[in-house]
Amino acid sequence: MFENAGVINESNLDREFVTQVASFPGGERIYSCLQCGTCSGSCQMSYAMDYTPRRLIEMTRVGMKKEVLSSKAIWYCAACYLCTVRCPRQVKLTEIMFALKSLALREKLYAGKEDSPVLYTVFLDVLKRFGRSHEGLLMTSFAMKTNPFRLLPLAPMGLRMLAKGKLRIIPARIRNVEEIRRLIQAAEEVRP
Amino acid sequence: MRYAYYPGCSNHSSSIDYDESTKAVFSALGIRLIGLDDWNCCGTTAVSSVDPLVSMALSARNLALVENHGYETLAVTCNSCYSMLRRAGDYCRDSAFAPAMTSVLASVNRVCQGRVAVRHVLDLLVNDVGVAKIRAIVRYPLNGIKIAPYYGCLIGRPKASFDDSEFPTSMDELLSVVGLEVVPFDRKTKCCGSTLMTSKEDVALALNEEILNESVQRGADGIAVLCPMCHLNLDAYQSKINKKFKTSYNVPVLYFTQLLGMAMGIGEKDLGLFRATGARHKLLKKVSV
Amino acid sequence: MSDIKVGVYVCHCGTNIADRVYVSGVAEFAGSLPNVVVARDNQYMCSDPGQEMIKKDIKEMNLNRIVVAACSPRMHEPTFRKCLESAGLNGYQFEMANIREHCSWVTEDAEEATEKAKALVAAAVARVPYHEALYERFTDMCSRTLVVGGGIAGIEAALKVAASGNQVVLVEKEPSIGGNMARWDKTFPTMDCAACILAPKMVAVSQNDNITLHTYSEIEKVEGFVGNFKVTIRKKARSVEMDKCTGCCLCYGKCPVKVPSEFEAGLGTRKAIYIPFPQAVPNKPVIDRATCTYFKNGKCGVCRKTCPTGAVNYEQEDELLVEEFGAIIVATGWQTFDPALGSQWGYGRYDNVYSAIQLERLVNASGPTKGKVVMKDGRSPKSIAVLHCIGSRDKNYHEYCSRLCCMSSLKLALLLKEKTKGEVYNFYIDIRSAGKGYEEFYNRVMEEGVHFIKGKGAEVIEKNGKLVVRAEDVFLGKYREVPVDMVILSTACEARSDAARVAQVFGIQRSRDGFFLEAHPKLEPLRTATEGIYIAGCCQGPKDIPDSVAQGAGAAAEALSLIAAGKVKISPVVAVVDANKCAGCKICLPLCAYKAISFDSISKVAAVNEALCKGCGTCAASCASKALNIKHFTDEQILAQIKEVLAV
Repeated sequence: MFENAGVINESNLDREFVTQVASFPGGERIYSCLQCGTCSGSCQMSYAMDYTPRRLIEMTRVGMKKEVLSSKAIWYCAACYLCTVRCPRQVKLTEIMFALKSLALREKLYAGKEDSPVLYTVFLDVLKRFGRSHEGLLMTSFAMKTNPFRLLPLAPMGLRMLAKGKLRIIPARIRNVEEIRRLIQAAEEVRP
Repeated sequence: MRYAYYPGCSNHSSSIDYDESTKAVFSALGIRLIGLDDWNCCGTTAVSSVDPLVSMALSARNLALVENHGYETLAVTCNSCYSMLRRAGDYCRDSAFAPAMTSVLASVNRVCQGRVAVRHVLDLLVNDVGVAKIRAIVRYPLNGIKIAPYYGCLIGRPKASFDDSEFPTSMDELLSVVGLEVVPFDRKTKCCGSTLMTSKEDVALALNEEILNESVQRGADGIAVLCPMCHLNLDAYQSKINKKFKTSYNVPVLYFTQLLGMAMGIGEKDLGLFRATGARHKLLKKVSV
Repeated sequence: MSDIKVGVYVCHCGTNIADRVYVSGVAEFAGSLPNVVVARDNQYMCSDPGQEMIKKDIKEMNLNRIVVAACSPRMHEPTFRKCLESAGLNGYQFEMANIREHCSWVTEDAEEATEKAKALVAAAVARVPYHEALYERFTDMCSRTLVVGGGIAGIEAALKVAASGNQVVLVEKEPSIGGNMARWDKTFPTMDCAACILAPKMVAVSQNDNITLHTYSEIEKVEGFVGNFKVTIRKKARSVEMDKCTGCCLCYGKCPVKVPSEFEAGLGTRKAIYIPFPQAVPNKPVIDRATCTYFKNGKCGVCRKTCPTGAVNYEQEDELLVEEFGAIIVATGWQTFDPALGSQWGYGRYDNVYSAIQLERLVNASGPTKGKVVMKDGRSPKSIAVLHCIGSRDKNYHEYCSRLCCMSSLKLALLLKEKTKGEVYNFYIDIRSAGKGYEEFYNRVMEEGVHFIKGKGAEVIEKNGKLVVRAEDVFLGKYREVPVDMVILSTACEARSDAARVAQVFGIQRSRDGFFLEAHPKLEPLRTATEGIYIAGCCQGPKDIPDSVAQGAGAAAEALSLIAAGKVKISPVVAVVDANKCAGCKICLPLCAYKAISFDSISKVAAVNEALCKGCGTCAASCASKALNIKHFTDEQILAQIKEVLAV
């Protein structure tokens, strides 16, 4: 144990991981990263991340699949695309972040206390039911699955919005919800 | 002039005032916004995080609807919808995923060739309508009011379109045309955190605090926004920000269409101004003076 | 054609060809072709043993046509022509089949590559029977050299050519020679003063009897060909008569117009009548007509009233000189990337964000602050960030590395450290210090206490009245926000904005990055595709001073080796007119890019000037009556070749 601290166990590396990430939309330029750190320096969240975005890229290329997919960092990405527009190698890092989050969800490698994966999954669930999003339903389902008490401080805001007609009680539903379900299913089947 | 119109989910609830003011301003300019029939959610970052192709397919379905109706241009108000729909159009048109997208859409008998021009209402107002036409119908110039132009992150991303990705100026131009004094604003396109406000509240509050802080430092009377998400985070969460950072922000946050509408003399009701949940009375008071 | 005896030689080129092409199979196949007496393969046909093999076969088997299947004729056609000549054959009785660039390097499948090689060889074998003996000729040439651009590369080239006793004309667009180097304060890695080493060279130019200097002048037109270029030079109206002006400076002292100085990168001002910098050569002013009040509205005229010798001449007009040259050296230099294009770095938005060129002027004793590094409010900065790779190594701007900015940033960091005693941070991707004494210099700068943060400066923002550089410290894997008083942007070296026009005037090519293209990236770095026109310095790509000087001297050697020969070789591959077939329709005349075809009004047929003709074939392709043919590329030669390629 002691001798191995800080040594990467080469046999634990997943050489296919980078290929998998590269096969996502926008993932193809991951090989071009020159590790300059423009992404991390641009990111407004990197101060809160356990690994900087640049490091995630290198870890992905090296094959540290478990570490990357269980990192907190990927769930801090707000998808503002600033790293993408600035990247000197035109790496589409935001898209890569989507790929990583998607893989973490699929392989259930995210940390149990992460809220974002729950929120995003609930969002898709609402969408499957109505074809559109619904803020009230989204917030309540999310809270029920994470921490119901988080609704309390939000209640005054919600009531205020309700009073001003800014919150619908009954979710809007598109006519063709069934089509949305089939569309989602078809898309899920072609995913990388 | 007429455009197909994609309101986006928020414009039917939390940002209904954006929807109302957009329609009012366009109608004052004699432009028809034709609501897209049976549109669905664009997928936004949430679905992209679960499965990028699903979110792309969701956006593409909307574009397929537009193409099917024979419209060339889709007007969009929300930055996130705008970015997602543009992205989907690009991927359907030319990418390694175009064939996959085609087959996914085919499974629900839809076709998207990525021919639709997805355009933000800001783009339409500045580049199609033009400032001259807007200037011509200004009845009550909003003189004496300083405004911070906050564009949000996705107006020019993932790739620049009608304006710079980082320092756009088109809204500045529009707002000055209606008499507002537009203050220089470094954080124009810094992110508000979007849905992180729900799942990572602490960091999202900090982002919005920075934006509010600069607007105050610049002496702005309020912030103009053009995205429902930015509005929600800056406005509805202002009291939370004050609590967390021990600040006392009382910054009005308005949709740019509301400001334009006010200058055009459109009624409060039509602009949804009565729906204010935040501090906008402060700015409104200054206008009436 | 029964007396045609062809020898075919197939080259392995080590593994370059043999890895894909079954070489001995190709040779065996060639042996079965008509007229072929012998077919062999060899590891390296271009080697001495390879050439000896050909010579021996020519002598022993009485071969009269040779086909070598190997690399591009651009590489070794001259080699084998010489080889044939030394064995008594005419060099044009030879054909090269390119089975490397056109075949083995671009084909994955070995079977397919071998088939293609066979087709190319068969085509060459079918072609050679139609080859004729052709002879190169020589023509007289002009011994004068034109050097375009008076930066350090052009100055060096001009001085070196002039030292040989030959005449040089040096043309510079700006009012003074000196180029960008004249703006620098110190030079890396020795930190000697740029002006101190450049000024003597500038003075040497002005004092050299073999050099004619035209400043404030541009090249308008280049005609002719190697050895005999006819060049039109536009001497822009300086509005100051050089022979009358004594350089007394009275005129610009009195001029009421103040505009930002280009030389000071916008930090200082100059007058409308001005000398760009104190050591300017020639040290005589020029009137900038775009900003001069007299030229704007006819009022003022102070400088004319002031001038004691009556040198100021508002009526002066541009002058066009047409001169002949044997060789041309293009050394038009570079420009700096405009950092305002990347709004994230705050240039133009924040007062204390400077470009590297501006800092060069700030630290310079003759600069706008007399060498004091101060912020806009006059205070001395206590902390300064130097951001590397602004516009370089960035696909959004320039993908290439600008090569010189690492070292120039280190130099500037050291000067800042010395002058301000403050904290200096370098934000970099990689430090590229490949050069004599460069790595040692890097070490020295580190040891002087300059900070190095590996991570590109992502953006500059203002927080609480201070500039803040946001970046990742890549070594630490941590995000950092470093507050500083001043930011220096180390901007890319880019092709000049007029490079496209200049390339067109001289008929030279540009590479994808916008710089002028050399004839070969390794072996012909100073030549261009146009014979007799050479390039030197940063117009070819980013270079530091030593490299620019070396190229200037090298280009001078190229020009002199041409001039010393006294004659230029004319290729026999030119157009010929069959007067019996020519209908006199004149279609070919305007098509010839080299103006080599004239119309003989007596015999009513086209005539080709072989000295001007480049053998491009445009006329032959357009001639309806097939009266025009290109020697060595006749219809029957080409058709025989095509037929065979398609047949295999």
